[in-house]
Amino acid sequence: MSELESLDARGLLCPLPVIRTQERVRRLPSGATLEVEATDAGTLEDIPAWCRVHGHRLLSSESVEKETGGGIVYRFRIQICGD
Amino acid sequence: MPKPKRAVALISGGLDSMLAAKVIMDQGVEVEGVNFFTGFCVEGHTHAIREKQRKKPKRNNALWVAEQLGIRLHIVDVIEEYKDVLLNPKHGYGANMNPCLDCKVFMVGKAASLLHGRDGADDNFMTDHDFDFIITGEVIGQRPKSQRRATMPIIASESGADDRLLRPLCAKLLPPTLPEREGWVERDALYDFHGRNRKPQMALAESLGFEDWAQPAGGCCFLTDAQYSNKLVDLWEARGSREYELDDVMLLKVGRHLRPAPHFKLIIGREEGENRYLEGYRNTFIALHATSHNGPLCLVDGSPTADDLALAARILARYSQGRDAAEVTVGVDRPDGTSEALRVAPFSPSEIESGWHVGA
Ligand code: SF4
Repeated sequence: MSELESLDARGLLCPLPVIRTQERVRRLPSGATLEVEATDAGTLEDIPAWCRVHGHRLLSSESVEKETGGGIVYRFRIQICGD
Repeated sequence: MPKPKRAVALISGGLDSMLAAKVIMDQGVEVEGVNFFTGFCVEGHTHAIREKQRKKPKRNNALWVAEQLGIRLHIVDVIEEYKDVLLNPKHGYGANMNPCLDCKVFMVGKAASLLHGRDGADDNFMTDHDFDFIITGEVIGQRPKSQRRATMPIIASESGADDRLLRPLCAKLLPPTLPEREGWVERDALYDFHGRNRKPQMALAESLGFEDWAQPAGGCCFLTDAQYSNKLVDLWEARGSREYELDDVMLLKVGRHLRPAPHFKLIIGREEGENRYLEGYRNTFIALHATSHNGPLCLVDGSPTADDLALAARILARYSQGRDAAEVTVGVDRPDGTSEALRVAPFSPSEIESGWHVGA
């Protein structure tokens, strides 16, 4: 079973988006997919690095223009691997 | 073959903790890293906020170190627990508001809760409580207050780690710890670094094949920064309380702070990145910005009167592109959605009293 879980880390500055991702992933079973949305450009480096360090799979990462207020939302999809 | 021993390493993102972890990994020990986020870490935030710094490659140094080492790294939010460390440090503060010795005791103590057979560890932090010992990158004499020969046993005992705390970089200058006595690690292959000279660390880094590491110019913690510490104390005094939330301490990292009177303070963005960050606080603070000219965003913290806001507008106008104009129109937006426009004469630089600058 692979449900799509989502985490809203918008407005948080690094390393908080990584911390929140880590906390959520710890409660998800192997094989689950988590979608994370963030606004700190630092996540572009940190979320992929965190996935590599923990052996999770980064399925995709995309940058989306916000409709209002300008700025960019970064959206990551992570597949949880291992224990 | 016996099960390999496991160590949890405190990883700051700097060179010393990276070397300490590597030295122990090279002895066949399984190592995982932890990094604690207190809210005052320089890591990330400032880089994320300020445009200037954004141009440089930005990375989380602790994660980067973990990747170089090929170990897992758990970044742990200790914002709440850390308040007590900062507000009530048993061993007092360093040169600024940095409670380094208590901070070390706290962090090693958190790591000690992960040791084999101990309960009381909070599951929010890490599920795996199966480590045999703890390693840090401490070096005797490196920091005048917190990294001295006399503080080493204090950290070990008050944290509860006792002789399961190993400092690979200066272990030879300290009594043998459990991992050394049990032969989990070979004491002879550890080091005797001391003092502020960084050459031995550089040489070791080179011999271990590291070519790059983080050298944060101002250290990795805002509490060691004099200006930051002044702003923190100013905030506490103005509020008459030392309570703080993450947003409070984050905002102290951003913008120029001016306090024209005890009951209100202005936070003015210094560049685009900061203005964008401050925008996020419009629902909590009164926000001022010039509408007739380009200029920064200004948040007003405290309880300003109408006269105070007029003064604030004149200060803000001075930092806008209308600084030489006879009149600047300043929009005042309140969190409740109401707004008004003030037409003010910008202050000249000499009218901004130097005593208003907080932290300087
Ligand atoms: S510099 Fe900051 S993080 Fe480092 S020991 Fe001191 S208080 Fe703790």
